[in-house]
Amino acid sequence: MIEEKIVKQIKLVKKGDQAAFEDVVSFYQNKVFAICFRMIGNKHEAEDLAQEAFIRAYINIQSYDENRKFSTWLYRIATNLAIDRMRKKKPDYYLDAEIKGTEGMNLYSQIPDNGVLPEDEVTSLETQSYIQKEIMQLPAKYRSIIALRFIDELSLKEISEILEIPVGTVKTRIHRGREALRKKLRHV
Amino acid sequence: MSCNKEIIQLMHQYLDGDISEEKEQELRSHLRSCEACQEHFKELKRTVALITANVDIQPSFDFTNKVMAQLPKEKKRTSIQRWFRVHPLLTAAAIFFILMSSSIFTMWNQDHQLSYPKGMNLVVENDTVIVPEGVVIEDDLEVKNGNIKIEGKVKGDVIIINGDKLKASAGDVAGEIKEVDRVFGWLWYEIKEMAELVFNLPD
Repeated sequence: MIEEKIVKQIKLVKKGDQAAFEDVVSFYQNKVFAICFRMIGNKHEAEDLAQEAFIRAYINIQSYDENRKFSTWLYRIATNLAIDRMRKKKPDYYLDAEIKGTEGMNLYSQIPDNGVLPEDEVTSLETQSYIQKEIMQLPAKYRSIIALRFIDELSLKEISEILEIPVGTVKTRIHRGREALRKKLRHV
Repeated sequence: MSCNKEIIQLMHQYLDGDISEEKEQELRSHLRSCEACQEHFKELKRTVALITANVDIQPSFDFTNKVMAQLPKEKKRTSIQRWFRVHPLLTAAAIFFILMSSSIFTMWNQDHQLSYPKGMNLVVENDTVIVPEGVVIEDDLEVKNGNIKIEGKVKGDVIIINGDKLKASAGDVAGEIKEVDRVFGWLWYEIKEMAELVFNLPD
């Protein structure tokens, strides 16, 4: 099986065999890239981050515990890098944060609603970038969870291990993230 | 639009695959009777479908190469080890060759002392073994690292390894005289001896 082969290759990498890492990269590259893209919203930057994640994984391979899932360990490196990058970028304006002195009002109500969608079918590419745009509006902590949950369909427990937060928190964030996106995507 | 938070909570639990059968029944029966919740549930499922179906985002085709090019150089030792792993036959041959040649050369180098069969009335002068007049050797005579001078009689072969048969020899040799004085000649001789021993071939 491919999975077993990857486990073997990872063992070789741990022993110092650099060439064996090539298979590991090509096996996980799509997932790692997609997770980064979901969190950062820019292909160029996402590719940069994903490469960085693999390089760090290679350098720190000795700290990977073979009894645990490699993907969990790898995704943790990638999400941590992406979270760091998000922090360094200009501060997030949380759209659902309430504005002082305006009870019950948030930035949504201040943005003019000119998002009228054409009646014709939108191409899937356009839909995709629209969805990504909406995801980017979510606070970072929801974005990382949505990336992990809906790209590799990871279990709640795995997500909690990757992000090092309790399972309960993962659930709440998934629910809120899904609810927020429902409101934004209902007319797509 | 939607009924209460509890039902919505159940919808999320259902979508997470994190719901008990009992609660699922509760959700189902509510959905049958409440159109607003049906709509809400449909929208949630659609949202999930939209963000899940969207995974054909791919990195550039040479992503792996780019990563590999940026890795720190690996230690030499491991690249040699990998070479051995990839070429097991050549490795075995190389190891065999190294062991063989080293053992042969040690044998050759250790063998610099004069050696000759004892108890045959032979006389030794410096590094020359002399078969004195009147002495008859019934067997083969093998002398290593020395010259040989035959004044008596040898009924078998005379074998000289790394030495010379002196011209002054006036004696009689019934068999052959073999001179071996190079590593490979010596090796060939050893192998032939071995083969004779094993297969018991006539000379």
